[in-house]
Amino acid sequence: MTARALLSEDMLFGRLVIGIGRSPKAVIAAIVCIVLLFAAIVGPYITPQDPYDLAVLDILDAKLPPGSESMDGLVYWLGTDGQGRDMFSAMVYGLRTSLGVGVFSGLVALVVGTVLGLIAAYFGGRIDALIMRVVDLMLGFPTILVALMLLALLGQGLWKVIFALILVQWATFARAVRSAALVEKNKDYVEAAQTLGISTPRILIGHLLPNCLPPLIVIGMLQVANAISAEATLSFLGIGLPITEPSLGLLIANGYQLLMSGEYWISVYPGVLLLLLVFSINIVGDRLREVLNPRLGER
Amino acid sequence: MTVFVIRRFLQSLAVLAVTAVIVFIGIYAIGDPAEMLIAPDASPAERAQVVASLGLDKPLWEQFFTFAWNALHGDLGRSFVFNRPSISLIFERLPATLELTLVGLVFALVIGIPLGLLSGLKPNSATDEVIMTGSIFGFSLPSFWQGMMLIMIFSVWLGWLPSTGRGEVGEFLGIRSSLFTLDGLTHLILPAINLSLFKVSLVIRLTRTGVRETMPLDFVKFARAKGLSEKRIVFVHVFKNILIPLITVIGLELGSMLAFAVVTETIFAWPGIGKLLIDSIMRLDRPVVVAYLLVIVSLFIFINFVVDVLYSLVDPRVRLGDAQ
Amino acid sequence: MTGIGTPVLEVRNLSTHFMTRRGVLKAVDDVSFSVGRREIVGLVGESGSGKSITGFSILGLVDPPGRVVSGQILFNGEDLLKMPPKAMRTIRGKRIAMIFQDPMMTLNPVLSVGTQMIETVLAHDKVSRAEARTRSRDALGLVGIPSPEERLDAYPHQFSGGMRQRVAIAIALLHRPDLIIADEPTTALDVTIQSQILFEIKRLAAEFGMALIWISHDLGVVAALADRIMVMYAGKIVEAGHVDGVLREPRHPYTSGLLSAVPAAVPRGEPLRPIPGFAPSPLSRPSGCAFRDRCARATGICATEPMPSIAADREFRCFHPHLWSAA
Repeated sequence: MTARALLSEDMLFGRLVIGIGRSPKAVIAAIVCIVLLFAAIVGPYITPQDPYDLAVLDILDAKLPPGSESMDGLVYWLGTDGQGRDMFSAMVYGLRTSLGVGVFSGLVALVVGTVLGLIAAYFGGRIDALIMRVVDLMLGFPTILVALMLLALLGQGLWKVIFALILVQWATFARAVRSAALVEKNKDYVEAAQTLGISTPRILIGHLLPNCLPPLIVIGMLQVANAISAEATLSFLGIGLPITEPSLGLLIANGYQLLMSGEYWISVYPGVLLLLLVFSINIVGDRLREVLNPRLGER
Repeated sequence: MTVFVIRRFLQSLAVLAVTAVIVFIGIYAIGDPAEMLIAPDASPAERAQVVASLGLDKPLWEQFFTFAWNALHGDLGRSFVFNRPSISLIFERLPATLELTLVGLVFALVIGIPLGLLSGLKPNSATDEVIMTGSIFGFSLPSFWQGMMLIMIFSVWLGWLPSTGRGEVGEFLGIRSSLFTLDGLTHLILPAINLSLFKVSLVIRLTRTGVRETMPLDFVKFARAKGLSEKRIVFVHVFKNILIPLITVIGLELGSMLAFAVVTETIFAWPGIGKLLIDSIMRLDRPVVVAYLLVIVSLFIFINFVVDVLYSLVDPRVRLGDAQ
Repeated sequence: MTGIGTPVLEVRNLSTHFMTRRGVLKAVDDVSFSVGRREIVGLVGESGSGKSITGFSILGLVDPPGRVVSGQILFNGEDLLKMPPKAMRTIRGKRIAMIFQDPMMTLNPVLSVGTQMIETVLAHDKVSRAEARTRSRDALGLVGIPSPEERLDAYPHQFSGGMRQRVAIAIALLHRPDLIIADEPTTALDVTIQSQILFEIKRLAAEFGMALIWISHDLGVVAALADRIMVMYAGKIVEAGHVDGVLREPRHPYTSGLLSAVPAAVPRGEPLRPIPGFAPSPLSRPSGCAFRDRCARATGICATEPMPSIAADREFRCFHPHLWSAA
């Protein structure tokens, strides 16, 4: 397939790229997203030190302001934290954790929600009613409340946080997929496919799923941003990730006590990075929604 | 109308019952209730006594009825830390949280509705673009970090407003609230802004969407053809139509604000139930955690019920019982 | 013929264009006509011909991206297009009222009928609320709504479609305007109710001496109602004249085409003959006469713009009009 064909208006991918390209704001945000994603992936290769290798940390370097120089000539452009850790390195590692948790939980929730949504739409009847009852119940409660309940009962931990994030997100996907699939299901060709004896999974994946892609892409983006934000909040409250998995939220929490005494950088820089990440994803997601849904529907 | 209210009320009770079952399963079936509800340092005698009073030696369904019966009587166990009924701890702190949430909600509406109207009446203008980008910024801003920045700017740098605690509480018409003293008010401002910023974006978007969907409708054009002023068209004809989705969503969001108060209360050391929850989780004071969950869920369901009733008051189509 | 005495409304060279992304859409293109006092004028055309936009242009209610780009709309001799918005508002609903097509959509669903009537009274007259309520009640009675006092407190969804349209008419009548613009007010209604409403409006217009512009795609309706008829096609008035004359002896091929597609106008046993082809896209109309692609009589000259010809009380834009021997 040539590049031209890929970018044609008919292709979903092409529509998205062109849609983003038309808004300078979205272009900048998309570039920021890509840069941050890249930084997270290659993290260990671009950081001057491994912030969790205790051997390289020097307590004498603790709480140095941005731009200070260490004993062995390393410049701490963003300062150091309470343990003498280079803030820039710590932030890149934190970004890895935050993005990893957000994207992973978002993807699993997407898969779970899509499967359940397709099943509900295709089979209808009791199965549909049952799944949608649960979806309504889940969506009826605020995300943060469900996550709080769960973590309060289960306790801290990386996988518990991921589990909680999946649990609060899948219902949104399921509802969107179901309504998109229902529109398509009633069209003649699906009935034709059924009478031709094409297997159910093939109808689901081959015919219904492609029509659910636009809402899935948009909700996926926004949910990842939400998940990152929620994880940071839970970690900040001390019921999310443990100290051994320092995400951006934990870095901010660690610097919180030092904020009052003027060592702002320990908390503010990770906060700015977190904001930049979530903001950029949201801007791109919002733009995609406008592109895919010209009727300007919100929520 | 009455039928509608009663039906909604019964539905609420059903959801509450389901939640109680889930919490019960969480404690009794998945976890070990003895572990959860008996203080770790309790003597064997005490332990045996609690096991007997909770009926832990009985079959599961009987345990559930004991649990439900006790819960109905407000007995949700005693706090390990305070050695007092956990439910009374919750009720002691609930007013502070409600006060914070309600003031936050008012802020969100007072800031959000005018901006949403401005944005929706002039779609795709520069004003609209700025407000909409600002609103994305608003919901991207993690609320705990935004709270920290508020403290840093207004308390640490400018020194205008206090950053922690609830301040003096005044009494007016038998209601005790920090709204009635100057000290209380200054303590309330930052936490309330913190909690509201979280919802301002939502109010803006809802209002804007509502305006944009309503303005092209025929009845707006007809109202113009009648020679009404633009002011009356926007604030009476359009606004009353927007009010319906606004009330619904805002009501639902009130519950989420109650939950989110956990974050705000932690940052601003606001003595409400949210801070109590986090403190209790840290101190492994599980009866308080369980009590919090049941109370907040009941509250949440109650709010949903009230929202539905309010909704029917605004929309004559529902109120007059024509809608099925 | 322009009715009796000075016309209440005189539209001169009105053009209303929509500035869309794909180009300028000339919804109304150089339209001129006038409406005399107490006169009922039927404005007929297919959907998209610009007839509704003409109505909205008169009241200054064209929504962006549409805009009146040129012309004059003289109402009692005063140009409405030059009027400041505030003054224009005192005309709307007071001197010129409008009735819309879909009665299900024209009333605000969350305000009571009384509120929507009283506000119309108060928007123009400084009277007490009680007085405004009385006037509203009387107006409801006038259009044949039973027990108007109680119905004031009802909401639109409690009325049937026909009753809602009566409410809309009552609102239009509140200030006894000089002119009512009715934009297909019966199209959305059942056939039996259609004729009731039709009759009702005609009666009231005569009773209060109001002029009426009746916009419709239905020649039958207009024939039963109007004194004069104007046929619109692709943004232009292609033929105008006394209703009997136009229907009996149409000059423009489009008018005759319309007539041979109307069941009631075709003698029993003869087939209906729909006009071949489709109306041109408003974004790419042919030069000259916009009807020439569908017209059996078209020749080369039709590629240039036909000027209006005026003969007796008839006006039409065509190089090859039907010729009728004096009957």
